Amino acid sequence: MTLLTVENLSVSLRGRPVLHDISLRAAQGEVIGLIGPNGAGKTTLMRAILGLVPHRGRSSLSDLPARARARAAAWMPQARDIAWPVSVETLVMLGRTPHLAPGQPVRPEDQAAVDRAITRMELHSFRQRPATELSGGEQARVLIARALAQETPLLMVDEPTAGLDPAHQIATLQVFSALARDGRSVIVSLHDLGLAVRHCTRLIVVDAGRVKADGPPGAVLTPELLRDTFHISAWFHDTADGPVFQPLKVVK
Amino acid sequence: MTLTRLLAALVGLLFVAALVIGPAGMDPVVSLRALLVGDGGPLTLVMREIRLPRALLAAMIGAALGLAGAAMQGFLRNPLADPGLIGVSGSAALGAVIALQTGLATMTAFALPVSALAGALIGVLLVLLLAGPRGGSLTLILAGIAISALAGALTSLVLNLSPNPFAANEIVFWMMGSLADRSMTHVWIALPLIVLGSVMLLSLGRGLDALTLGEDAAQAMGINLPRLQLTLILGTAAVVGASTAVAGAIGFIGLVVPHVLRGFVGARPGRLLPASALGGAVMLLAADIAVRMILPERDLKLGVLTALVGAPLFLHLIYRTRRAIA
Repeated sequence: MTLLTVENLSVSLRGRPVLHDISLRAAQGEVIGLIGPNGAGKTTLMRAILGLVPHRGRSSLSDLPARARARAAAWMPQARDIAWPVSVETLVMLGRTPHLAPGQPVRPEDQAAVDRAITRMELHSFRQRPATELSGGEQARVLIARALAQETPLLMVDEPTAGLDPAHQIATLQVFSALARDGRSVIVSLHDLGLAVRHCTRLIVVDAGRVKADGPPGAVLTPELLRDTFHISAWFHDTADGPVFQPLKVVK
Repeated sequence: MTLTRLLAALVGLLFVAALVIGPAGMDPVVSLRALLVGDGGPLTLVMREIRLPRALLAAMIGAALGLAGAAMQGFLRNPLADPGLIGVSGSAALGAVIALQTGLATMTAFALPVSALAGALIGVLLVLLLAGPRGGSLTLILAGIAISALAGALTSLVLNLSPNPFAANEIVFWMMGSLADRSMTHVWIALPLIVLGSVMLLSLGRGLDALTLGEDAAQAMGINLPRLQLTLILGTAAVVGASTAVAGAIGFIGLVVPHVLRGFVGARPGRLLPASALGGAVMLLAADIAVRMILPERDLKLGVLTALVGAPLFLHLIYRTRRAIA
């Protein structure tokens, strides 16, 4: 089943074209890594898909009314805004917002969704702590848990692993893989290509506002693409421990 | 929940106290009986025509300012935001000042509050025009500051050109804010707008909760931000415009009350709305009792007292916040 269809999506910000004619699809059970150099348009692409920036072309998500869209896809922006010192549990419960009618109190299934998200992100010991008192990495995990609690077929996350220690980076991507095994899908923007090749089922390379490549990691990360798009060379091989990707040096 | 009950009980208690405390110095039980039963005597007149409207207005306006402050802080995600920020109080004051200066206010009791409401309406329309439908919070703040500054300048101009020192004096005193000598007419002018605006502001709870995570995340959780902003502006304009129209400028309640109560509601902007409404009513009822008790013969102005109490309290809160950050 297709969870997302994007056709000929283009975005201009302040008269400057940022995305050109992007088309892609997301099916069930995928972990799609969105990769590309700084300023390539990864964040803008995800926001346009969600209808958060004006765009030309079509996205099946931005076509939906706001609440229906929020039940179809969850979004964790890169900016980790937590304005008030609410408890971790309260913050994660915000993910249930699109599932509750105005004025409707929290139902047992909402509490169950929050509990599942807190368990997945291993946040039990923080549950009652004010979220603003946590470290940056801990806050990131709380915000991922909020997006998980939304329990949408599609999850879109912008740079979730920035600021996380290695164990939690791996654990976070394993959570995404587990979601994919349950038939949901994740679109995640990443800079760490080593994590991307190990955990994503598919990579989409965005460069200068265009999709440069789209496919399984092994087929996408060719030496030519690494040179032209990322300006690096790398050691990339399948090993007994799975695929290993190590950037080596800058290629001008 | 217990906080809500405690605050509601305090509102009830202070409301009764506001009814029975006054310069006439009558027995409270006799006063209340005169209010409820009515014996046609002077006490019933005092209770029904002077004390009752004053206590009602204190409760209504306090609640309105507390609620609007909590909503504004939640929307702007800033504990320093104040309902006066969008320029409504300034433009309402300008309308009132024009009524006082032109002598319209002396013709009928309606003239001053209606002129103030007209000022508030023009102010809010200008803010909406300037901020735009998808303006976002920064343009809203800037539009509000611009309108406040313009209204302030025009108010100064009216005072400056006032040929009559008595009118100027009256304007200055009116702007300090007071509930003295208000009648049930004032209650009926303010009540519908305060009720309407309060319903609008109380409906924002879930959207303001979602805004805790920023505008992008809130929109992606299904919150219609342009509609939320419009509801916030119109609701605030209704309650603050009506309050300023009948009581003048009463500061610091919208700023301090949400700040004090935030810790008791787990910092959730949605739950802070009703709590701040009750807290605002408590604060203004208490302040209005205080102005009658501290200097009964000097007509101490309510807005002066709330600022005198509010500013040090606010400084203390800033000090505490600074320690928490450091």
